[in-house]
Amino acid sequence: MPTKAAFVRKDMLAPQEPPVSERGAIKWARENLFSGPLNTFLTIVGVLAVFLIVKSALPWLLNGVWNANSMAECREIVAARHGEGATGACWAMVRERWHQYLFGFYPQELFWRPTMAFGLMFVALAPVLYFGNRTINMRMTAVAGVLTILALAGVSASFPQTIAGSEAGGLALLAAVIVFAGLTAVAWMAPRRLLILTLLYPAIGFYLLWGGSIWGPVGALAGFAILAVVYNLTKAQLGVVVATGAGVVVAAIWWLVVQSHVTGALHSILPLGTAHVDSDEFGGFLLAFVIGVTAIAASLPMGILLALGRRSDMPLIKALSVGFIEFIRGVPLITMLFTASLLLQYFLPPRSNFDLILRVIILVTFFSAAYIAEVIRGGLAALPRGQYEAADALGLDYWQAQRLIVMPQALKISIPGIVSSFIGLFKDTTLVALVGLHDPLQGVTKVVRAAIEWKGIYWEPYIFVGLIFFACCFSMSRYSMYLERKLKRDHR
Amino acid sequence: MAYVASVPKESFRLSMLVYDTRYRSYTIQIAVLILFLAFLGWLLNNTIVNLAAKDKDINFSFLFQRAGYDIDQQLIPYTNDSTHGRALFVGLFNTLIVAFFGCILATFIGVFVGVLRLSKNWVVSRLMTAYVETFRNIPLLLWIILVFVIFSETAPAPRDFRATDEMVAAGQTPAASKIFFDSIAVTNRGTNIPRPFLDHPLGHVSVLDVPINLSVVAALALIAVCVWINRRLLAHAKAVQEETGIRPVVWWKSLLILFVPIIVFLYALGFHLEYPELKGFNFQGGINVAHSFTALLIAISLYTGAFIAEAVRGGILAISRGQTEASYALGLRPGKTMRLIILPQALRVIVPPLISQYLNLTKNTTLGMAISYLDLKGTLGGITLNQTGRELECMLLMMAIYLVLSLIISSGMNVFNTAMKLKER
Repeated sequence: MPTKAAFVRKDMLAPQEPPVSERGAIKWARENLFSGPLNTFLTIVGVLAVFLIVKSALPWLLNGVWNANSMAECREIVAARHGEGATGACWAMVRERWHQYLFGFYPQELFWRPTMAFGLMFVALAPVLYFGNRTINMRMTAVAGVLTILALAGVSASFPQTIAGSEAGGLALLAAVIVFAGLTAVAWMAPRRLLILTLLYPAIGFYLLWGGSIWGPVGALAGFAILAVVYNLTKAQLGVVVATGAGVVVAAIWWLVVQSHVTGALHSILPLGTAHVDSDEFGGFLLAFVIGVTAIAASLPMGILLALGRRSDMPLIKALSVGFIEFIRGVPLITMLFTASLLLQYFLPPRSNFDLILRVIILVTFFSAAYIAEVIRGGLAALPRGQYEAADALGLDYWQAQRLIVMPQALKISIPGIVSSFIGLFKDTTLVALVGLHDPLQGVTKVVRAAIEWKGIYWEPYIFVGLIFFACCFSMSRYSMYLERKLKRDHR
Repeated sequence: MAYVASVPKESFRLSMLVYDTRYRSYTIQIAVLILFLAFLGWLLNNTIVNLAAKDKDINFSFLFQRAGYDIDQQLIPYTNDSTHGRALFVGLFNTLIVAFFGCILATFIGVFVGVLRLSKNWVVSRLMTAYVETFRNIPLLLWIILVFVIFSETAPAPRDFRATDEMVAAGQTPAASKIFFDSIAVTNRGTNIPRPFLDHPLGHVSVLDVPINLSVVAALALIAVCVWINRRLLAHAKAVQEETGIRPVVWWKSLLILFVPIIVFLYALGFHLEYPELKGFNFQGGINVAHSFTALLIAISLYTGAFIAEAVRGGILAISRGQTEASYALGLRPGKTMRLIILPQALRVIVPPLISQYLNLTKNTTLGMAISYLDLKGTLGGITLNQTGRELECMLLMMAIYLVLSLIISSGMNVFNTAMKLKER
């Protein structure tokens, strides 16, 4: 007979908790901070470095003074509050001079115009950055609208003496509310329609920033309309290539010869327009954004064309592209800027004297396009040969193949490089100070540091400017990561 | 039945120039060529008309005229009586010396940070990420100006280093003191570092007006010879190891060969350091390094270091995990895995971006202009240009020099790339 077992376990014991050193925060610390003598040493050194930085910087930051009229007053306030020998930041400088950092010497009563242009820029960018995503488009439009309206209110509250009764006042605020409400509605109902704003934005932005007669931008836009009309009229008879050429030639004649007479006549009949702002008055981050955004927008298409030219089968096109790219990549940006300010007067027809900002934008665009072309060339080279052959096999012509097969893939591969070129370009806008424009870093900070009441200030302006640049560039690099994730099609 | 009908005779029509792929590329190229030549002609014509209007010509003879301005940092002898051409070379050497030391410093910083950023240590990797992001996202010009301003505004004046008799009697110390074993004085007028000095130098030889220090040449030759002998020794040791399986002990022989001859040589010439001394109102003796140089060097190396760190990190990450695992499977320890397996492969990925960073660094030295560092842009493209009013000549010459510099660096990169290319099939 079977022996009767004294004890049979019927159910499992609950597993024991791992030992203290193998779980929770202690395990994490053992693995990540103290896994060996070297790591322990590094951790201690790192913590010590952080401690030293915080110990020296934190009191200075916390003791910051926001309300004062001069550096000496700041020091007195810090000494009175925290005792002799205490250090404190003098943020009062930022409070006093923020408008110079943002707008340079732009007329104060017109601050609403760059503010409005900046707000509209985000609305115009939304359909490009988040194509076809209705929720994000609408949210971005609404947020840009609310922030712009708040900024407008803030600006007019900061300068009541100059702005009250001028063209800004309540009228601009009301107009902004209506415009942004309308745009949000468009973004909600037909997000693709926002692209119309994107196409018109260069003219709108130009007009808002520089002002003057309204007929100038209208005339420039009319050139594009003429191009489209000529193309459509002649396409049936002449075919796509010749029709495009004809359109371009007619539009060029309009821009170069006819436009100034027509707009001049229209202006004398119907003088619509607002106060004109001179380029000398631009400065601060307004200038950095004008140069940076324009050059970024213009250098991408130019870079694509250069990259295609460099890979072209036609030896002449290839030689010209290579020459252009290698020449520009071989010289420092400063020499290009000095070319803009000193040499263009030799290369252009006598007495043609166009705006320094425009000259700088053109050369910065060339500079950045050469770098972007190299990045895109890398993307093109990374595409498997089979993609080109497949496009040929489908009977696509060159431009169809580029547009539908090659470029979408090549651009996707080169996104990180393109965005880091953009970041570099935006940072390089600070160099325009060296040819006499008032960029936020050199131009404005020099003015501030030369002022008698802020003599001896050095950390605060650079921290302020640095933070704004950091915010812009960092968000650009985060956006490129988002885009890479979104466009990822392989499942590895 | 003749299936082979007569092939329709192909006649040439004008529209085939545009629509026939056989001819189209020629049409386009000829059109582009005409446009390009027209554009060039337009530029040239404008230039000639403009020059005539300003009563100027293109003439490089100003390079042989007296410059008449001072340059405080000069690697070749220069006074304000020298020519503009010589000022150009002083500026070029000033550019090159910042670029040279900047590349070395930035490489050290970049490799150190890039490797540490991959470390498993949470604190260290976060710190390094913070460093990289901070420097990459803020303009270089800001760093240059900030470092310069900090140096020139917070450094003590030379008189703060003075210990007067009363202070000594009262047991007080001066407000400021020299750092690094009392050898380097950082003042608001510049940094004074010790100068190497020989009691019995070998003298100078002047080549093309540029004095060449024979002692330095001899020392360099001696070092080269020692390194060559050391290589022979190591090659011999390796041969013995291959032959017998036992590696002879060579480390002390190596040390002896590398260091004893040069030390003996320097001792024979009476080598010593001349320390900066406070005399009168400023430091005398030693080498005075201007803050513009120091600030430019520090800022540019920290900035480029952040980019190099990213290149190094990317290169190491590009090596597949399987390489590490295979190396562990062979029984190599982590240190050796890094040194023998990962780094040699990663180097192939790292070096091209590294060299393009060197190129950027060299071009970025022009930003020294913001703090009045007289490099090529400061002399030829700055003071010389303003004094002679020859914008066209100065700018073209300067662009040509920078182009040549870039071409030299990038051809170095191409040589490396072909040497390191994966030899497949």
